[in-house]
Amino acid sequence: MEVSNENLRRTPLYALHVELGAKIVPFAGYEMPVQYPAGILKEHLHTREKAGLFDVSHMGQAFLRGADPARSMEKLAPSDFVGLKEGMQRYGLLLNDDGGVKDDFMLTRLADEPALYLVVNAATKESDFAYISARLEGELTLTPRPDRALLALQGPRAGAVLDKLSPGIDFLSFMRVARAKVAGVDAIVGRTGYTGEDGFEISMAAEDAETVARALLADPDVLPIGLGARDSLRLEAGLCLYGHDIDETTDPAEADLVWAIGKRRKTELGFPAAAKIMDRVLNGTARKRVGIRPDGRAPARDGTEIADKTGRIIGKITSGGFGPSLGAPIAMGYVETAFAADGTEIDLLVRGKALPARIAPMPFVPHRYKRGAPK
Amino acid sequence: MTTYYTDQHEWIRVDGDEGTVGITSHATEQLGDVVCVETPSIVKVLAKGDEAAVVESVKAASEIYAPVGGTVTAVNETLAGEPANVNADPEGEGWFFKIKIADKAELATLLDGDKYQDFVKGL
Repeated sequence: MEVSNENLRRTPLYALHVELGAKIVPFAGYEMPVQYPAGILKEHLHTREKAGLFDVSHMGQAFLRGADPARSMEKLAPSDFVGLKEGMQRYGLLLNDDGGVKDDFMLTRLADEPALYLVVNAATKESDFAYISARLEGELTLTPRPDRALLALQGPRAGAVLDKLSPGIDFLSFMRVARAKVAGVDAIVGRTGYTGEDGFEISMAAEDAETVARALLADPDVLPIGLGARDSLRLEAGLCLYGHDIDETTDPAEADLVWAIGKRRKTELGFPAAAKIMDRVLNGTARKRVGIRPDGRAPARDGTEIADKTGRIIGKITSGGFGPSLGAPIAMGYVETAFAADGTEIDLLVRGKALPARIAPMPFVPHRYKRGAPK
Repeated sequence: MTTYYTDQHEWIRVDGDEGTVGITSHATEQLGDVVCVETPSIVKVLAKGDEAAVVESVKAASEIYAPVGGTVTAVNETLAGEPANVNADPEGEGWFFKIKIADKAELATLLDGDKYQDFVKGL
């Protein structure tokens, strides 16, 4: 792969990635590690078995201030942010006026702080920040924080590993967030991630990132993990990749993200294209996002056409590859709703051949989040 | 036996009028972990440069071209169960197929080991 240095940015951990022997590729305007010497397969399996450290500092972080920033954000996303409790975060979909998805994001209400903490995707951060600022002008002030880095520690050993550097942090349960010291550094720690595993995302000042990363990597359970394994881990977990599985041409109903519409919002509405989206939620959509398991070993990649057994094109794969934990290829994509039921036999048109496959439930690998005690 | 290389990172080891074909360790480093190899059918007739096989890695699919023309005489069946052999031993256990070479004069268009190493260094 060609590495172009034109206008590419680097995260605060770039030198560390190079020192660790990473293969660097351009991604979302950054020079990012796609893999380290262990390779994608081993990095993936290590994360599921122990713990992996990801540099996600390219993602967009910001703080939102205003009279009621949660209520303001509800104008642009269908989540229940007003009901978001202190010390918790929630998944959101930033919608355009047609109900298409401009981005997906995480919004956090920190304890005893009026500002909300926002994390958005790297490739869309500038446009997201501009959209939010323009649409909520006069009621909300968005402050981008490019001075902050973001690390993810993911895997079944993540809790034990991080607790050594931040005693007590293992008490946080899934989707809870707290300010804490990690390796002596001030951080915002959320029990969340993008792998389907238990784990954390750790935000800290850019100049402190290397201290935290080195402290985590010193633990024998932790390996650095590149973007390659990040993609196969999230695909096995059935999680959408913005720009592939969801974009401005997909809405929350057909993307099967109705769970991201807050219960109160379903009747109160007040988000972009709310009536249209709720009509689609209730009455169905022409196509639907589904999981796909090809029968053989050959992966079907993003863009592969999906046909029914008569050869008629019924959809397209939006993410596809090999699932190392399954030892088999997996994919997700959109098909006509009549073909969306689990077990439906379909064909994937790979290099001119019809590769038999089946619609399959997601996640492909069960989520292992550390849920709080039931209330 | 002599091994020849292509600028597409295939190798062919020639024994009499039969050649064994695979991809180089440089190719496997670029591809990453191999998860699936589609080998050609036995008795398939290939011209030099024809698409002969497809390697799927965790990253991408890559076509493998016939270094010389000829008829496929054998394929490495063990790769179906052990595609990782391509990464572990690309110029040994990780071979793809054998070909009965139609015209050995075509070998002269390929690179020898030293020239291939120079070529890789120049990339």
